[in-house]
Amino acid sequence: MKKPKFKVDKHILTPKHAKLGEREKAQLLEKYHVSSKELPKIMKTDSAIKELGAAIGDVIKITRKSPTAGESVFYRVVTDV
Amino acid sequence: MSDLISEYEGKLPGIMLTEIRENLPKGASDSKIRKILESAYNEYKHARVSPGESVGLVSAESIGEPGTQMTLNTFHFAGVAEMNVTLGLPRIIEILDGRKELENPMMEIYLKKPYAAGKRVEELRQLALQIKETTLKDIAAEFVISIADFTIEVRLNKEKMKEIEVTSGKVVDAISKQLKGYNLRDNKDSIILKARGKEDSFNESYKTKEKIKGITIKGIKGIKQVLPVKREEEFVIITAGSNLSEVLQLEEVDSYRTTTNNIFEIEQVLGIEAARQSIVNEIFKVIESQGLNVDVRHIMLVADTMCVGGTVKGITRYGVVSEKSSVLARASFETPIKHIINAALVGEVDNLDSVVENVMINQPIPIGTGLPSLGVKPQKQAKEK
Repeated sequence: MKKPKFKVDKHILTPKHAKLGEREKAQLLEKYHVSSKELPKIMKTDSAIKELGAAIGDVIKITRKSPTAGESVFYRVVTDV
Repeated sequence: MSDLISEYEGKLPGIMLTEIRENLPKGASDSKIRKILESAYNEYKHARVSPGESVGLVSAESIGEPGTQMTLNTFHFAGVAEMNVTLGLPRIIEILDGRKELENPMMEIYLKKPYAAGKRVEELRQLALQIKETTLKDIAAEFVISIADFTIEVRLNKEKMKEIEVTSGKVVDAISKQLKGYNLRDNKDSIILKARGKEDSFNESYKTKEKIKGITIKGIKGIKQVLPVKREEEFVIITAGSNLSEVLQLEEVDSYRTTTNNIFEIEQVLGIEAARQSIVNEIFKVIESQGLNVDVRHIMLVADTMCVGGTVKGITRYGVVSEKSSVLARASFETPIKHIINAALVGEVDNLDSVVENVMINQPIPIGTGLPSLGVKPQKQAKEK
């Protein structure tokens, strides 16, 4: 069977994932007065961030389509447990 | 005008800004627009949830009350046997518990343009055949174990095979791929299996016979039924049984719209964010189909709670509740004695940070006006003395 390349981030259920730079990450943590451990988590093996090449401790910015706000931004920190 | 509106980006949600932009009267002056935006912003500030509001409790009530009115039935798909849909309360419980085995797993397979139009009926039929799982049991007329030499003979049902377009050669291929240690002989209308090397016992043969019944000959494992349905000028294949990762590999399938109702499969294939979205969609679908009305925000809160840890966790004592830091809070949910004994064994400390434990010991709860507390800077005091 021929296997066409399937891109996870193009699926209607998957919102846009992007990796934050070091500076943006520091700004984010400063803004919400949190440490990166207190952010919601995402697995390092998560199929949506495989192509971003994220390492443990990186913060992923997720731009969701929301029925109530149009677009809403969510952050998750990469972990392996 | 547009820069005036874009000034409010970040202050107001995007959906409100587009609404304002669309509904502004033509030729409105800048000062008027500013007035509109300012009053919209004030309204928005008032509408926001205030700090310390118990949103979880409000969500629980808002979902729980309509839940009492939901049906307890499983419905049948019109016209087709063996196609059931779990709806109402059982389905909600199934989603919230984060169950891995669903009562009725289902897929909605969207097709790429030439197939979706439905003009090529023959191709659509072919595709349906390609997706539906056929096991050896379905095409076999009889399984016979010879007691003399412990061989298994599978007599094939030629009519059935013609229907799904497989030959005995293909069947032999499929069996040899999924069953090791057996020699196969193809007799066209029957297949004979003999154990390689050592002699089989009757018990062994019987076990093998049961095992080969489930071998997939054609189609995708787990898909029990296929049903092409017309939905708004487009043909969609609905299946009973689900196997997302395999179906997405098919060439004819529009892999970017195809979904399943199995949230764990979505988490595995598409990631945690897609799983969260799917939880929201699935719960909302059930509530809507029952003619009830629950704000999506409540459902989104539940879905977020289930997904914060990076994996989908059910709202059970093994999932979300086990993550609570307070012993008393965990004990108040289910199996209290187990939790208290374990906490005593390891010397756990309860800081009484949350609601339930404070209710238990009759203290003000940290919610609303109970949330703020006085802070003292002891260093300064020492200096003055």
